[in-house]
Amino acid sequence: MTAVLPRSARDTHAGMKVTQARVITSEWTKFRSLRSTKITLLVSLVLTIGVGALVSAVTAAHWDHLSLGDKASFNPVVTSLDGVLISQLAVGVLGVLLVSGEYATGMIRASLTSVPKRLPVLWAKLAVFAGVVGSLSIASTFVAFFLGQSLLSGKHLQTTIGAPDAFRRVVAAGLYLLLIGIIGMALGGLLRNTAAGISALVALFFVIPPVLDLLPASWSNHIGPYLPSNAGMSFWGRPDNPHLAPWTGFAVLCGWTAFAIILATMRLHRSDA
Amino acid sequence: MIEVHGLTKRYGPKVAVRDLTFTVRPGIVTGFLGPNGAGKSTTMRMIAGLDAPTTGSVSLNGQRYRDSVAPMAELGILLEARAVHTGRSAFHHLLALAQTNGIARRRVDEVIDLVGLREVARKRVGGFSLGMGQRLGVACALLGDPHTVILDEPVNGLDPEGILWVRNLLKGLAAEGRTVFVSSHLMSEMALTADHLIVVGRGQLIADTSVVEFVAQASGTVVLVRTPQASELWELLTGPGVRATIVSTGQLEVRGLSAEQIGDIAWEHHIRIHELATQQASLEQAFMEMTRDAVEYHAYPPSEPPLGQQPAAVGGSR
Repeated sequence: MTAVLPRSARDTHAGMKVTQARVITSEWTKFRSLRSTKITLLVSLVLTIGVGALVSAVTAAHWDHLSLGDKASFNPVVTSLDGVLISQLAVGVLGVLLVSGEYATGMIRASLTSVPKRLPVLWAKLAVFAGVVGSLSIASTFVAFFLGQSLLSGKHLQTTIGAPDAFRRVVAAGLYLLLIGIIGMALGGLLRNTAAGISALVALFFVIPPVLDLLPASWSNHIGPYLPSNAGMSFWGRPDNPHLAPWTGFAVLCGWTAFAIILATMRLHRSDA
Repeated sequence: MIEVHGLTKRYGPKVAVRDLTFTVRPGIVTGFLGPNGAGKSTTMRMIAGLDAPTTGSVSLNGQRYRDSVAPMAELGILLEARAVHTGRSAFHHLLALAQTNGIARRRVDEVIDLVGLREVARKRVGGFSLGMGQRLGVACALLGDPHTVILDEPVNGLDPEGILWVRNLLKGLAAEGRTVFVSSHLMSEMALTADHLIVVGRGQLIADTSVVEFVAQASGTVVLVRTPQASELWELLTGPGVRATIVSTGQLEVRGLSAEQIGDIAWEHHIRIHELATQQASLEQAFMEMTRDAVEYHAYPPSEPPLGQQPAAVGGSR
């Protein structure tokens, strides 16, 4: 049974079809047309750069008063990237919001009726997030690195991007932020609620790691390094002892991210919206 | 054309929709009528693929909605619950949806003009009134120029001018050969808009009939008689095909006889009549009568136990 439509309508229908590229364009429109998204993203960039600069400046200013132990563990690359420890929360929250915001407002119903196969919507969100937040996060860690080095240079503590591990750590810190954001998106999709998603994120990255330290060392030493936060830290930052090798840590964090995305995919595919 | 077959939806122990089967044909406006909580919205969500049926199936023009290549050309839907991010402008909301299906940008401007939202199109939807929100919902539903249009309670929150606008829009869409399926809990609204009716109560099909037939069935007349000799008259009138009841002291309600016949009988037996009035049952009453047992949430006056003839207060008018 085909419905009769006026000529004008047939013009509208010409070329109509859902494609992955079109859904990505749509998600980009959604991303750039929300003030909350842009503000959260801006906050995360400012924190990465600003806090890194602050820590670098303070370290340089107090260098003469630092203990020998602090001086021994000093790493100019990691010091300039310390803002990531704070900005990871903003990026994670952005990830949660991008997905849970659709459920909170009901927008998801419009999104899924226009793309009833559903999964292309999630892939498009991930693509836009990886493209925009990923590239800006990596850019911000480079800015933080160079700004930090110039602040440390007052005490001749600086290093260069060509120094061993420097380039790897700077890129890794940006990738770390991206992966945290993607885990946030998965949590938003799993829990479908902004408050619950942010709570789960905070628990995963800020509550579970210190709680685990309260357990006997024989336990925490075996579990701790595999937590997403510690695994991530091992490839860009100043990890707790014991820790994983940098690329192992990266692989473990990627594994966590993939696991979260798979759960979110299953929930999106199977549950009523 | 929408074909619903054996549709059942269970939420835990609660059955929202029970074994619904009906067909919505193109070219006419089909009303989906039922009290609040009858399962109308759930059924519409299942047609749009938002909720998966527990059992049964739905097809749109012979295929599953999920399988359509250009979904927005197939179906446009306005859901009762809002489906808009409040932080985004109406324009960007429509643009983002249009882009998924490759709908041209000028069509976005077209539907904005069509629903009369041009002046506020760049404002955040969060500040919209209920009526403006409904207009935006209608714009979304029409964006893809769809073969099938489903509107869940479209006149909610609209002013009289807006209600008239929706009514004419629905008729216009049907006249263009589209399938138009519109829900309401108000019979009076449906009587003015729809050609065909699907009536549900507690998730079950109560009637699948044309509006003309429904009206004919509903207009069984009642004659109200006021007389000081009510019991005498009652004895005279009662007979095969006639139902007379004394509703209060000196008042009779008679079905099956016309006012003229009652007047003549009373005259022959010297019974004094103080009032003789024919009452046309309104469509709203007929609808309430039909769905009385199927109303999910009853409201009773505090003094009255839920035993009497009191129908539920659903969209009642005074």
